[in-house]
Amino acid sequence: MMEEDQELERKISGLKTSMAEGERKTALEMVQPAGTDRYCVKFVLHKEDHILGNSLRYMIKKNPEVEFCGYTTTHPSGNKINLRIQTRGALPAVKPFQRVLNELMNVCQHVLDKFEASIKNYKNQKASRNEPTF
Amino acid sequence: MAAAQAVEEMRSRVVLGEFGVRNVHTTDFPGNYSGYDDAWDQERFEKNFRVDVVHMDENSLEFDMVGIDAAIANAFRRILLAEVPTMAVEKVLVYNNTSIVQDEILAHRLGLIPILADPRLFEYRNQGDEEGTEIDTLQFRLQVRCTRNPHAAKDSSDPNELYMNHKVYTRHMTWIPLGNQADLFPEGTIRPVHDDILIAQLRPGQEIDLLMHCVKGIGKDHAKFSPVATASYRLLPDITLLEPVEGEAAEELSRCFSPGVIEVQEVQGKKVARVANPRLDTFSREIFRNEKLKKAVRLARVRDHYIWP
Repeated sequence: MMEEDQELERKISGLKTSMAEGERKTALEMVQPAGTDRYCVKFVLHKEDHILGNSLRYMIKKNPEVEFCGYTTTHPSGNKINLRIQTRGALPAVKPFQRVLNELMNVCQHVLDKFEASIKNYKNQKASRNEPTF
Repeated sequence: MAAAQAVEEMRSRVVLGEFGVRNVHTTDFPGNYSGYDDAWDQERFEKNFRVDVVHMDENSLEFDMVGIDAAIANAFRRILLAEVPTMAVEKVLVYNNTSIVQDEILAHRLGLIPILADPRLFEYRNQGDEEGTEIDTLQFRLQVRCTRNPHAAKDSSDPNELYMNHKVYTRHMTWIPLGNQADLFPEGTIRPVHDDILIAQLRPGQEIDLLMHCVKGIGKDHAKFSPVATASYRLLPDITLLEPVEGEAAEELSRCFSPGVIEVQEVQGKKVARVANPRLDTFSREIFRNEKLKKAVRLARVRDHYIWP
C-alpha cells in the first residue's frame, strides 16, 4: 500500500518533469484540435492507462473553471490515453492540468501519511495488548 | 426536508433497488448541486479522510478508507495489482533435467514461486543485458537427484519409503550470493517465502540441476511479479428499516441477511428487529424475494467508505 502510494507519486512527478522539459521519451503530447483556441486541448499520455486517466479526470472535474473533461483509451491493448480538457474561457486548458498533477501528488502523500500512522497505531495497540506483532 | 434528504442520498449513497442499482456515478462536481461547494479543497479532504486498520498479519491486511472517491481508490487497487515491483525468477539455466516435467513447464513453475527479497534494494535490469550484476539479479541453485532407498522394506509400495528425494520442494533451492550481496544480506534472509511448495516429483535416476536468475519486475509485465494474491475493496453497506418490523416478521428479516447483521430484541414483550452490524452483510438481496418485507428495507452503500479485506 505504501509502495503503491509512492508509485503513483513517482508517475505523476514523471509526468510533471516531462511537461516542464517539453518532451522526455515522448511521455506526453499536447494536441490542439483544429479550429479551437488554447481553451480546448487534448493531451496524449503515452504508457498510461485507466489508473492515471480516471484519477486525473476526477480531479480536473472538481475544478469549477473546467467545462468538460474526459479521457479514452485508444485501444485496450494499446498503451496510451487521450485526455481532453475544455475550460470556460478564463484559464488556458493547460493550467488545470498542471494544477491537478500537483493536487494528486498531495492527495497521495496525505493518504500515505495517514496510512502509515494507522499501521503504526495498530502495531502499538497490539503491542500494548501483548499480542505478537510481526 | 424530504428533498434535502433525497439530495443527500443521491450524493452519498449507492442504492440497491430490486432490479437495478441507482446513483452509481459520482456526481458531486462543482455546478451540479446548488448550495453545495464541490470544488476541490485539500484541507476539506484532509479533514474528512481517515484510514483505520482493522486486522493485520503476515499474509493479509484489512483496513477501511473513508472520505476518498472511487476514481482514486480504484487507482490504488490497480496499482497494487499491476505496478508495485517484486523479485521473481525470470531466467532459468538448465544444466540437467531428466525428470518427467518439461524444461519450459519447470521454468514456468519456478517463475511463480514468491521470493522473499525487498525489491526496493534492487534495480531493474537494463534491456538486452544478458549477464546480470549484483545490483539487479539474485541467483538460486536447484540441484536434486532421486535415488532408491536401500533400507526400504521388501514389499513396501509407499513412495516416501522406497525413494529418497523424490519430491522437489522450494526448500531445496539454495541462494548463491553475487558480488557483495553476501555482505548486504545476512544468511537466510534471501529465500523463497514458503519452503514447502512442491516444484516437481522425481523417480530414481532422475535429476534436476539448474540455475535461476531473479530480477525485479512489475505485474503489468507478467503476473508473477504481482506482490498481492488479491487486492479488492467493497463499499460499506448501509441498511435502513423504513418501517418497524416486529414479531415473526422480525425473525424472517434476520434470516434474509448474513448472520449478525439484524438483531432481534425483545422490547415490551414483542420481538423487534434492529440493524446491528451492517458491515458484515454480503448483500445477497435475499430480502427482495420476500414479498412482505421488501418494502420495509432500503439497501444502500456508503459511497465514500471503502473496506479493503
